[in-house]
Amino acid sequence: MHAYANPTRFLSLARPLTPWLLFGGMALVAAACAWGIFSTPPERLQGDSVKIIFVHVPMAWLGMAGWTGIAIASLSELIWRHPLASHAARAIAVPGALFALLCLVTGALWGRPAWGTWWVWDGRLTSMLVLFFLYLAYIVLANETSKASGRSRIAAIFGVVGIVNLPIIRFSVEWWETQHQGTSISITGKSTIDALYLWPLLVSAIGFSLLFAAIVLMRMRASLAETKVEGRLKRMAAE
Amino acid sequence: MKAKHQRLTLAVLALLALVGAGLLAAFALQDRANYFYTPADIVAKKPPAGQAIRLGGMVEEGSIQHEADGVTVNFVVQDGKARQSVMYTGITPDLFVEGSGVVADGKLTSDGMFIADSLLAKHDENYVPRELEGIDMTGKMTKTETLVE
Repeated sequence: MHAYANPTRFLSLARPLTPWLLFGGMALVAAACAWGIFSTPPERLQGDSVKIIFVHVPMAWLGMAGWTGIAIASLSELIWRHPLASHAARAIAVPGALFALLCLVTGALWGRPAWGTWWVWDGRLTSMLVLFFLYLAYIVLANETSKASGRSRIAAIFGVVGIVNLPIIRFSVEWWETQHQGTSISITGKSTIDALYLWPLLVSAIGFSLLFAAIVLMRMRASLAETKVEGRLKRMAAE
Repeated sequence: MKAKHQRLTLAVLALLALVGAGLLAAFALQDRANYFYTPADIVAKKPPAGQAIRLGGMVEEGSIQHEADGVTVNFVVQDGKARQSVMYTGITPDLFVEGSGVVADGKLTSDGMFIADSLLAKHDENYVPRELEGIDMTGKMTKTETLVE
C-alpha cells in the first residue's frame, strides 16, 4: 500500500501513464460513440433516443465509482495516513461531480421523449441528484481544509460517510417502485439489453474510465506540484 | 502499530454503524419512497376517493380504447396481481403502447375508476432493436435480416 506513498515514485509512474490513458480513452470513446450512433438500430419503443445510453450509463457508473474512490482514499488517509490519499480524493471529486451532472443531464434529455418528462422525484433520480450534491459539498469542504494538516480529516470523514448513498442508488430501482427502469446489465445473470447495444456501451464505459483516470492523475500531479511550491516558498521565506 | 490498529477498529465500527443506519433508513422508507402505487397496492389498502395518488403498472394488452372525442382514452393497468381501469384525457406519450409501462397521476372515483391528470410512459429494462421486433414507426412490418446477423 505504501509502495507508491513516495510522491517521486508515484510521479515516475503517473507521468508516462497519463498520455496513454488520455489518448487511449479519447480514441475508445470516439470509436464507441461512432459505433453506437451510426451502426446500432433504433430501439423498439425509444427509437433513436436509445443512443444516449452510450454516454448516460458510463457517466452514472463513473459518478458512482468516483465516490467509491473518494471513500477508499479517505479511509486510507484516516487509518494508514497515506500521504497521497488526500491528494487522490480531492483529485477525484471534480471529475466525479462532472460525470454525475452529465448523467443527470443526459438522463433528462432522454426522459423528455421517452417518459414525457425531464424530471421526476423517484428513488433513482433523487439519489443520483444527492450524489451530485455530495460531490459539491465535498469539494467545498476539501477546499476549506488543507491537504496536509489534521483538519483534512473532516473532508475524509465526509468522504467515508457519503458512501452510504451508493447502495441506495444501486438498489433504489429494486427496493422501491420507480419511474426509472430496473437494472438491464448483469455480470452474473443474463442482461436484458440486446448485444447490439451492450458492446458499444461496454467499449464506451472502458473509454470513459480511462479518461476519468487520466483526469485524476493530471489533477493529482498538479496538486502535488502545488504542495511542492508551497513548501519551497515557505522554506525561502524562512531563510 | 498500536495507533494504526486502533484507527482501523474505529473505522470498521463506524462503517458498520453507518451501513446499519442506512439500511434502517431505507427499510423505514420502504413504503413511502415508492414513486407510485401498483394496482395490487390499491386493492390491499384502498386510498380514499378523490385523494391525489400516482398509479403505475403495465398497460394490459388489448385494453386501450379511444373514445369518440379523439382525446379521451380508456385502458387497464395491471401488475400481474390486480387490474385497475384508467381514464385519461389528453395527448399520450410516444412510449404509451399496450404491454408497456405507464405511470399516471390522478385520483380514484367512488366507483373505483382512476381518473388520470397526466400520463408518463415507463420504459422497462429490456432494450430490443426495432428490427428484431418487426415493428416500424410507420406501422409497416419490416424484417431486416441484415442487422440481425
